[in-house]
Amino acid sequence: MAEPVKLIGCFGSPFVHRVEVALRLKGVPYELIEEDLNNKSDLLLKHNPFHQKVPVLLHGDRPAVCESLIIIEYIDEAFSGPSLLPSDPYERAMARFWAAFMYKCKDSMWIALWTDGEVQAASAREMKANLTLIERQLPEGKKFFGGDTIGFLDIAVGGIAHWMGVFEEIAGVHLLIEEEHPALCRWAREYILDETVGQCLPDRDRVVAALTPRKELYVSIAKAMAAQK
Amino acid sequence: MDHQQEKVQLFGMWASPYVYKVKWALSIKGVEYEYVEEDLWNKSRQLLKHNPVHKKVPVLVYNGKPVAESDVIVQFIDDVWKGHGGRILPEEPHERAMARFWARFVPDKLSPPIWKWFTTAGGEEQDAAHDAAMEQLRVLEEELAHGGNEFFAGDSVGLVDLSLGALAYVIPMYEEIIGERLVIEERFPSLYAWMGRFLAAPPVKDHLPPMEELKLRFRAIREYFVKNA
Repeated sequence: MAEPVKLIGCFGSPFVHRVEVALRLKGVPYELIEEDLNNKSDLLLKHNPFHQKVPVLLHGDRPAVCESLIIIEYIDEAFSGPSLLPSDPYERAMARFWAAFMYKCKDSMWIALWTDGEVQAASAREMKANLTLIERQLPEGKKFFGGDTIGFLDIAVGGIAHWMGVFEEIAGVHLLIEEEHPALCRWAREYILDETVGQCLPDRDRVVAALTPRKELYVSIAKAMAAQK
Repeated sequence: MDHQQEKVQLFGMWASPYVYKVKWALSIKGVEYEYVEEDLWNKSRQLLKHNPVHKKVPVLVYNGKPVAESDVIVQFIDDVWKGHGGRILPEEPHERAMARFWARFVPDKLSPPIWKWFTTAGGEEQDAAHDAAMEQLRVLEEELAHGGNEFFAGDSVGLVDLSLGALAYVIPMYEEIIGERLVIEERFPSLYAWMGRFLAAPPVKDHLPPMEELKLRFRAIREYFVKNA
Protein backbone atom coordinates (compact mmCIF):
# COMPACT_ATOMS: atom_id res chain seq x y z
CA MET A 1 0.00 0.00 0.00
CA ALA A 2 1.38 3.41 -0.91
CA GLU A 3 2.63 5.61 1.89
CA PRO A 4 0.53 8.73 2.45
CA VAL A 5 1.71 11.99 0.93
CA LYS A 6 0.91 15.25 2.68
CA LEU A 7 1.61 18.71 1.33
CA ILE A 8 1.70 21.60 3.75
CA GLY A 9 0.77 24.71 1.82
CA CYS A 10 -1.15 27.92 1.97
CA PHE A 11 -3.74 29.52 -0.23
CA GLY A 12 -2.42 31.59 -3.10
CA SER A 13 1.21 30.52 -3.02
CA PRO A 14 2.81 29.98 -6.43
CA PHE A 15 5.41 27.72 -4.79
CA VAL A 16 2.75 25.44 -3.35
CA HIS A 17 1.04 25.43 -6.75
CA ARG A 18 4.29 24.21 -8.34
CA VAL A 19 4.32 21.17 -6.09
CA GLU A 20 0.63 20.43 -6.62
CA VAL A 21 1.13 20.46 -10.39
CA ALA A 22 4.08 18.10 -10.06
CA LEU A 23 2.15 15.68 -7.82
CA ARG A 24 -0.83 15.69 -10.15
CA LEU A 25 1.27 15.21 -13.30
CA LYS A 26 2.88 12.19 -11.65
CA GLY A 27 -0.51 10.88 -10.55
CA VAL A 28 0.37 10.92 -6.87
CA PRO A 29 -2.61 11.30 -4.50
CA TYR A 30 -1.96 13.72 -1.66
CA GLU A 31 -3.59 15.50 1.23
CA LEU A 32 -3.26 19.28 1.18
CA ILE A 33 -2.93 20.91 4.59
CA GLU A 34 -3.53 24.63 4.32
CA GLU A 35 -1.58 26.85 6.67
CA ASP A 36 -2.42 30.31 7.87
CA LEU A 37 1.01 31.94 7.61
CA ASN A 38 0.06 34.51 10.24
CA ASN A 39 -0.52 31.70 12.68
CA LYS A 40 1.90 28.91 11.80
CA SER A 41 0.96 25.49 13.06
CA ASP A 42 3.18 23.26 15.18
CA LEU A 43 3.21 20.84 12.25
CA LEU A 44 4.87 23.40 9.98
CA LEU A 45 7.29 24.64 12.60
CA LYS A 46 8.34 21.07 13.41
CA HIS A 47 8.91 20.07 9.80
CA ASN A 48 10.53 23.21 8.44
CA PRO A 49 12.29 24.76 11.42
CA PHE A 50 14.91 26.64 9.42
CA HIS A 51 12.83 28.41 6.86
CA GLN A 52 9.33 28.07 8.37
CA LYS A 53 7.96 28.30 4.88
CA VAL A 54 5.63 26.39 2.64
CA PRO A 55 5.53 24.16 0.68
CA VAL A 56 6.66 21.21 2.77
CA LEU A 57 6.24 17.63 1.53
CA LEU A 58 5.73 14.74 3.93
CA HIS A 59 6.04 11.29 2.36
CA GLY A 60 5.19 8.59 4.86
CA ASP A 61 7.39 8.91 7.92
CA ARG A 62 10.33 10.41 6.13
CA PRO A 63 11.75 13.74 7.26
CA ALA A 64 10.14 16.66 5.45
CA VAL A 65 11.32 17.78 2.03
CA CYS A 66 11.38 21.57 1.72
CA GLU A 67 12.00 24.09 -1.07
CA SER A 68 9.66 23.77 -4.03
CA LEU A 69 12.16 22.87 -6.77
CA ILE A 70 13.88 20.34 -4.53
CA ILE A 71 10.47 18.84 -3.75
CA ILE A 72 9.68 18.59 -7.46
CA GLU A 73 12.94 16.75 -8.22
CA TYR A 74 12.12 14.43 -5.31
CA ILE A 75 8.64 13.75 -6.67
CA ASP A 76 10.13 13.05 -10.10
CA GLU A 77 12.65 10.57 -8.66
CA ALA A 78 10.60 8.91 -5.92
CA PHE A 79 7.44 8.16 -7.87
CA SER A 80 6.80 6.44 -11.17
CA GLY A 81 4.84 8.23 -13.84
CA PRO A 82 5.77 10.58 -16.69
CA SER A 83 9.15 12.22 -16.18
CA LEU A 84 9.14 15.88 -15.25
CA LEU A 85 12.80 16.42 -16.03
CA PRO A 86 14.25 15.54 -19.42
CA SER A 87 16.14 12.25 -19.62
CA ASP A 88 19.18 13.63 -21.43
CA PRO A 89 21.80 14.98 -18.97
CA TYR A 90 22.46 18.12 -21.02
CA GLU A 91 18.74 18.90 -21.37
CA ARG A 92 18.38 18.32 -17.63
CA ALA A 93 21.21 20.77 -16.98
CA MET A 94 19.49 23.36 -19.18
CA ALA A 95 16.18 22.92 -17.32
CA ARG A 96 17.95 23.36 -13.98
CA PHE A 97 19.94 26.35 -15.28
CA TRP A 98 16.82 28.22 -16.40
CA ALA A 99 14.94 27.32 -13.23
CA ALA A 100 17.86 28.79 -11.26
CA PHE A 101 17.75 31.83 -13.54
CA MET A 102 14.09 32.35 -12.62
CA TYR A 103 15.13 32.37 -8.99
CA LYS A 104 17.73 35.06 -9.68
CA CYS A 105 15.13 37.14 -11.57
CA LYS A 106 12.86 37.51 -8.60
CA ASP A 107 14.65 40.54 -7.16
CA SER A 108 14.40 42.67 -10.29
CA MET A 109 10.80 41.54 -10.75
CA TRP A 110 9.93 42.53 -7.21
CA ILE A 111 11.64 45.91 -7.48
CA ALA A 112 9.93 46.54 -10.83
CA LEU A 113 6.53 45.81 -9.28
CA TRP A 114 6.72 47.64 -6.00
CA THR A 115 9.01 50.66 -6.29
CA ASP A 116 8.87 53.78 -8.45
CA GLY A 117 10.99 56.33 -10.23
CA GLU A 118 14.28 55.52 -11.92
CA VAL A 119 14.89 52.50 -9.66
CA GLN A 120 11.64 50.95 -10.84
CA ALA A 121 12.30 51.82 -14.47
CA ALA A 122 15.77 50.28 -14.44
CA SER A 123 14.46 47.10 -12.82
CA ALA A 124 11.58 46.90 -15.27
CA ARG A 125 14.05 47.05 -18.17
CA GLU A 126 16.17 44.34 -16.54
CA MET A 127 13.14 42.20 -15.87
CA LYS A 128 11.88 42.47 -19.44
CA ALA A 129 15.31 41.52 -20.76
CA ASN A 130 15.17 38.46 -18.45
CA LEU A 131 11.71 37.56 -19.77
CA THR A 132 13.13 37.68 -23.29
CA LEU A 133 15.88 35.25 -22.35
CA ILE A 134 13.36 32.87 -20.80
CA GLU A 135 11.04 33.22 -23.77
CA ARG A 136 13.87 32.11 -26.09
CA GLN A 137 13.98 28.75 -24.30
CA LEU A 138 10.58 27.79 -25.66
CA PRO A 139 11.16 25.04 -28.24
CA GLU A 140 10.09 26.04 -31.74
CA GLY A 141 6.54 25.03 -32.51
CA LYS A 142 5.87 23.52 -29.09
CA LYS A 143 3.31 24.52 -26.48
CA PHE A 144 5.56 24.17 -23.45
CA PHE A 145 9.19 24.45 -22.33
CA GLY A 146 8.96 20.70 -21.82
CA GLY A 147 7.72 20.16 -25.39
CA ASP A 148 4.21 18.81 -25.92
CA THR A 149 3.63 18.34 -22.21
CA ILE A 150 4.38 20.37 -19.11
CA GLY A 151 7.83 19.72 -17.68
CA PHE A 152 10.11 20.91 -14.91
CA LEU A 153 10.88 24.28 -16.46
CA ASP A 154 7.20 25.01 -17.17
CA ILE A 155 6.51 24.36 -13.51
CA ALA A 156 9.45 26.53 -12.40
CA VAL A 157 8.32 29.40 -14.64
CA GLY A 158 4.60 28.73 -14.10
CA GLY A 159 4.28 31.49 -11.53
CA ILE A 160 4.60 34.00 -14.36
CA ALA A 161 1.55 32.57 -16.10
CA HIS A 162 -0.86 33.29 -13.25
CA TRP A 163 0.76 35.33 -10.52
CA MET A 164 2.36 37.94 -12.74
CA GLY A 165 -1.13 39.13 -13.64
CA VAL A 166 -2.15 39.08 -9.99
CA PHE A 167 0.81 41.20 -8.87
CA GLU A 168 0.48 43.52 -11.85
CA GLU A 169 -3.13 44.16 -10.83
CA ILE A 170 -2.28 44.86 -7.18
CA ALA A 171 0.73 47.03 -8.08
CA GLY A 172 -0.90 48.80 -11.02
CA VAL A 173 2.14 48.04 -13.19
CA HIS A 174 2.14 46.22 -16.51
CA LEU A 175 5.29 44.18 -17.15
CA LEU A 176 4.37 41.14 -19.24
CA ILE A 177 3.03 42.68 -22.43
CA GLU A 178 1.74 40.74 -25.44
CA GLU A 179 3.53 42.94 -28.00
CA GLU A 180 6.84 42.59 -26.19
CA HIS A 181 6.68 38.88 -25.34
CA PRO A 182 4.16 37.23 -27.65
CA ALA A 183 5.56 33.69 -27.32
CA LEU A 184 5.74 33.86 -23.53
CA CYS A 185 2.18 35.21 -23.34
CA ARG A 186 1.01 32.39 -25.62
CA TRP A 187 2.82 29.90 -23.37
CA ALA A 188 1.14 31.45 -20.31
CA ARG A 189 -2.30 30.95 -21.85
CA GLU A 190 -1.51 27.31 -22.70
CA TYR A 191 -0.25 26.74 -19.19
CA ILE A 192 -3.40 28.14 -17.55
CA LEU A 193 -5.62 26.13 -19.90
CA ASP A 194 -3.87 22.86 -19.15
CA GLU A 195 -6.26 20.45 -17.41
CA THR A 196 -3.84 19.36 -14.70
CA VAL A 197 -2.83 22.92 -13.93
CA GLY A 198 -6.48 23.92 -13.76
CA GLN A 199 -7.12 21.39 -10.99
CA CYS A 200 -4.82 23.22 -8.59
CA LEU A 201 -4.78 26.80 -9.84
CA PRO A 202 -6.26 29.12 -7.22
CA ASP A 203 -8.99 31.47 -8.42
CA ARG A 204 -7.35 34.69 -9.64
CA ASP A 205 -9.74 37.11 -7.98
CA ARG A 206 -9.50 35.25 -4.67
CA VAL A 207 -5.70 35.43 -4.87
CA VAL A 208 -5.83 39.18 -5.61
CA ALA A 209 -8.12 39.63 -2.60
CA ALA A 210 -5.87 37.50 -0.38
CA LEU A 211 -2.60 39.17 -1.39
CA THR A 212 -3.69 42.83 -1.67
CA PRO A 213 -3.41 43.37 2.13
CA ARG A 214 0.26 42.40 1.83
CA LYS A 215 1.09 45.25 -0.54
CA GLU A 216 2.85 47.33 2.11
CA LEU A 217 4.98 44.33 3.06
CA TYR A 218 5.89 43.76 -0.58
CA VAL A 219 6.86 47.42 -0.99
CA SER A 220 9.16 47.32 2.05
CA ILE A 221 10.80 44.08 0.82
CA ALA A 222 11.32 45.67 -2.62
CA LYS A 223 12.87 48.78 -1.09
CA ALA A 224 15.26 46.65 0.97
CA MET A 225 16.24 44.68 -2.15
CA ALA A 226 16.83 47.91 -4.11
CA ALA A 227 19.00 49.28 -1.29
CA GLN A 228 21.17 46.18 -1.38
CA LYS A 229 21.80 46.31 -5.11
CA MET B 1 29.82 5.71 -25.63
CA ASP B 2 33.01 6.10 -23.64
CA HIS B 3 32.63 9.42 -21.92
CA GLN B 4 36.34 9.63 -21.29
CA GLN B 5 36.79 10.28 -25.02
CA GLU B 6 34.57 13.35 -25.16
CA LYS B 7 36.34 16.69 -24.97
CA VAL B 8 35.86 18.52 -21.69
CA GLN B 9 36.91 22.12 -21.04
CA LEU B 10 36.58 24.08 -17.83
CA PHE B 11 36.69 27.87 -17.94
CA GLY B 12 37.69 29.24 -14.55
CA MET B 13 39.56 31.72 -12.45
CA TRP B 14 42.20 30.79 -9.87
CA ALA B 15 40.48 32.39 -6.85
CA SER B 16 36.88 31.37 -7.46
CA PRO B 17 35.47 28.84 -4.95
CA TYR B 18 32.79 27.88 -7.48
CA VAL B 19 35.46 26.88 -10.00
CA TYR B 20 37.09 24.66 -7.37
CA LYS B 21 33.75 23.03 -6.61
CA VAL B 22 33.64 21.92 -10.25
CA LYS B 23 37.31 20.85 -10.23
CA TRP B 24 36.64 18.65 -7.20
CA ALA B 25 33.57 17.16 -8.86
CA LEU B 26 35.60 16.32 -11.99
CA SER B 27 38.28 14.85 -9.75
CA ILE B 28 35.73 12.61 -7.96
CA LYS B 29 34.78 11.20 -11.36
CA GLY B 30 38.34 10.96 -12.66
CA VAL B 31 37.53 13.12 -15.69
CA GLU B 32 40.35 14.58 -17.75
CA TYR B 33 39.78 18.11 -18.97
CA GLU B 34 41.42 21.18 -20.37
CA TYR B 35 41.46 24.10 -17.97
CA VAL B 36 41.23 27.65 -19.34
CA GLU B 37 42.12 30.48 -16.95
CA GLU B 38 40.05 33.60 -17.52
CA ASP B 39 40.97 37.18 -16.77
CA LEU B 40 37.66 38.44 -15.44
CA TRP B 41 38.59 42.03 -16.28
CA ASN B 42 39.13 40.98 -19.88
CA LYS B 43 36.78 38.09 -20.55
CA SER B 44 37.55 35.95 -23.56
CA ARG B 45 35.21 35.78 -26.53
CA GLN B 46 34.90 32.07 -25.84
CA LEU B 47 33.62 32.64 -22.31
CA LEU B 48 31.11 35.26 -23.46
CA LYS B 49 29.93 32.86 -26.16
CA HIS B 50 29.57 29.97 -23.72
CA ASN B 51 27.89 31.95 -20.93
CA PRO B 52 26.14 34.92 -22.50
CA VAL B 53 23.53 35.12 -19.73
CA HIS B 54 25.78 35.52 -16.68
CA LYS B 55 29.23 35.99 -18.30
CA LYS B 56 30.78 34.22 -15.31
CA VAL B 57 32.99 31.30 -14.45
CA PRO B 58 32.87 28.37 -14.02
CA VAL B 59 31.61 27.12 -17.36
CA LEU B 60 32.00 23.49 -18.35
CA VAL B 61 32.01 22.76 -22.04
CA TYR B 62 31.24 19.13 -22.83
CA ASN B 63 31.45 18.04 -26.42
CA GLY B 64 31.02 21.66 -27.54
CA LYS B 65 27.97 22.26 -25.30
CA PRO B 66 28.35 24.76 -22.43
CA VAL B 67 26.92 24.33 -18.93
CA ALA B 68 27.02 27.26 -16.48
CA GLU B 69 26.23 27.68 -12.75
CA SER B 70 28.35 25.52 -10.47
CA ASP B 71 25.41 23.67 -8.82
CA VAL B 72 24.03 22.78 -12.25
CA ILE B 73 27.48 21.77 -13.52
CA VAL B 74 28.14 19.47 -10.56
CA GLN B 75 24.85 17.62 -11.03
CA PHE B 76 25.54 17.43 -14.77
CA ILE B 77 28.93 15.84 -14.07
CA ASP B 78 27.26 13.32 -11.75
CA ASP B 79 24.74 12.47 -14.50
CA VAL B 80 27.15 12.21 -17.43
CA TRP B 81 29.80 10.18 -15.64
CA LYS B 82 27.37 7.94 -13.78
CA GLY B 83 29.16 4.77 -12.86
CA HIS B 84 32.61 6.38 -13.06
CA GLY B 85 34.50 7.27 -9.90
CA GLY B 86 32.57 8.20 -6.75
CA ARG B 87 28.94 9.24 -6.34
CA ILE B 88 28.38 12.96 -5.92
CA LEU B 89 24.68 12.64 -5.11
CA PRO B 90 23.34 9.65 -3.15
CA GLU B 91 21.33 7.02 -5.00
CA GLU B 92 18.12 7.09 -2.94
CA PRO B 93 15.62 9.89 -3.83
CA HIS B 94 15.00 11.14 -0.30
CA GLU B 95 18.71 11.26 0.46
CA ARG B 96 19.20 13.16 -2.80
CA ALA B 97 16.55 15.69 -1.71
CA MET B 98 18.30 16.13 1.64
CA ALA B 99 21.67 16.60 -0.11
CA ARG B 100 20.18 19.24 -2.41
CA PHE B 101 18.59 21.01 0.55
CA TRP B 102 21.80 21.16 2.60
CA ALA B 103 23.83 22.13 -0.48
CA ARG B 104 21.54 25.21 -0.85
CA PHE B 105 21.88 26.02 2.85
CA VAL B 106 25.49 27.09 2.31
CA PRO B 107 24.98 29.88 -0.27
CA ASP B 108 21.53 30.88 1.02
CA LYS B 109 22.03 30.92 4.79
CA LEU B 110 25.67 30.45 5.75
CA SER B 111 27.82 32.38 3.27
CA PRO B 112 26.00 35.75 3.53
CA PRO B 113 26.68 36.35 7.25
CA ILE B 114 30.25 35.06 6.88
CA TRP B 115 30.86 37.49 4.01
CA LYS B 116 29.18 40.27 6.00
CA TRP B 117 31.47 39.54 8.96
CA PHE B 118 34.53 39.63 6.70
CA THR B 119 33.58 42.86 4.90
CA THR B 120 32.36 44.91 7.87
CA ALA B 121 34.90 47.17 9.49
CA GLY B 122 34.04 46.45 13.09
CA GLY B 123 31.77 47.32 15.97
CA GLU B 124 28.23 46.18 16.55
CA GLU B 125 27.48 45.48 12.92
CA GLN B 126 30.42 43.11 12.59
CA ASP B 127 29.58 41.42 15.91
CA ALA B 128 26.02 40.87 14.73
CA ALA B 129 27.27 39.27 11.50
CA HIS B 130 29.65 37.07 13.52
CA ASP B 131 26.78 35.93 15.75
CA ALA B 132 24.55 35.28 12.74
CA ALA B 133 27.30 33.20 11.15
CA MET B 134 27.76 31.21 14.38
CA GLU B 135 24.03 30.49 14.48
CA GLN B 136 24.08 29.01 10.98
CA LEU B 137 27.25 27.08 11.75
CA ARG B 138 25.51 25.56 14.75
CA VAL B 139 22.73 24.28 12.47
CA LEU B 140 25.30 22.72 10.14
CA GLU B 141 27.27 21.28 13.07
CA GLU B 142 24.15 19.55 14.34
CA GLU B 143 23.38 18.13 10.90
CA LEU B 144 26.91 16.80 10.49
CA ALA B 145 27.04 15.37 14.03
CA HIS B 146 23.60 13.79 13.63
CA GLY B 147 24.68 11.98 10.47
CA GLY B 148 27.70 10.53 12.23
CA ASN B 149 29.64 10.13 8.98
CA GLU B 150 33.04 11.30 7.86
CA PHE B 151 31.41 13.56 5.30
CA PHE B 152 27.87 14.89 5.10
CA ALA B 153 26.25 11.99 3.27
CA GLY B 154 28.67 9.17 3.88
CA ASP B 155 32.32 8.24 3.81
CA SER B 156 33.31 10.17 0.71
CA VAL B 157 33.06 13.75 -0.58
CA GLY B 158 29.57 14.47 -1.94
CA LEU B 159 27.33 17.34 -2.99
CA VAL B 160 27.02 19.03 0.40
CA ASP B 161 30.75 18.74 1.08
CA LEU B 162 31.44 20.32 -2.32
CA SER B 163 29.05 23.17 -1.54
CA LEU B 164 30.65 23.88 1.83
CA GLY B 165 34.14 22.93 0.67
CA ALA B 166 35.84 26.26 -0.03
CA LEU B 167 34.92 27.49 3.45
CA ALA B 168 37.32 24.84 4.78
CA TYR B 169 40.22 27.04 3.67
CA VAL B 170 38.44 30.41 3.48
CA ILE B 171 37.24 30.54 7.09
CA PRO B 172 40.72 30.01 8.61
CA MET B 173 42.05 32.76 6.29
CA TYR B 174 39.30 35.17 7.35
CA GLU B 175 39.99 34.32 11.00
CA GLU B 176 43.68 35.11 10.55
CA ILE B 177 43.04 38.37 8.70
CA ILE B 178 40.37 39.68 11.09
CA GLY B 179 42.02 38.28 14.20
CA GLU B 180 38.82 36.65 15.44
CA ARG B 181 37.86 32.99 15.52
CA LEU B 182 34.69 31.62 13.99
CA VAL B 183 34.96 27.81 13.87
CA ILE B 184 36.39 27.01 17.28
CA GLU B 185 37.06 23.31 17.79
CA GLU B 186 35.39 23.11 21.20
CA ARG B 187 32.22 24.74 19.90
CA PHE B 188 32.07 23.00 16.49
CA PRO B 189 33.94 19.70 16.91
CA SER B 190 32.32 17.94 13.95
CA LEU B 191 32.76 20.87 11.54
CA TYR B 192 36.31 21.46 12.67
CA ALA B 193 37.21 17.82 12.08
CA TRP B 194 35.35 17.83 8.76
CA MET B 195 37.40 20.81 7.54
CA GLY B 196 40.69 18.95 8.02
CA ARG B 197 39.27 15.79 6.47
CA PHE B 198 37.92 17.66 3.46
CA LEU B 199 41.20 19.40 2.67
CA ALA B 200 43.02 16.05 2.88
CA ALA B 201 40.45 14.10 0.85
CA PRO B 202 41.78 12.55 -2.40
CA PRO B 203 39.60 14.55 -4.84
CA VAL B 204 40.50 17.80 -3.06
CA LYS B 205 44.06 17.77 -1.77
CA ASP B 206 45.84 18.23 -5.10
CA HIS B 207 43.25 20.74 -6.37
CA LEU B 208 43.48 23.68 -4.02
CA PRO B 209 44.11 27.33 -4.88
CA PRO B 210 47.51 28.93 -4.20
CA MET B 211 46.98 29.79 -0.55
CA GLU B 212 49.45 32.65 -0.10
CA GLU B 213 48.14 34.48 -3.15
CA LEU B 214 44.58 33.92 -1.99
CA LYS B 215 45.36 35.29 1.45
CA LEU B 216 46.88 38.43 -0.11
CA ARG B 217 43.79 38.84 -2.21
CA PHE B 218 41.50 38.51 0.81
CA ARG B 219 43.63 40.99 2.79
CA ALA B 220 43.26 43.52 -0.02
CA ILE B 221 39.50 42.92 -0.09
CA ARG B 222 39.19 43.46 3.65
CA GLU B 223 41.31 46.61 3.51
CA TYR B 224 39.06 47.97 0.79
CA PHE B 225 35.92 47.43 2.86
CA VAL B 226 37.45 48.81 6.03
CA LYS B 227 38.67 51.91 4.24
CA ASN B 228 35.33 52.54 2.59
CA ALA B 229 33.26 51.87 5.72
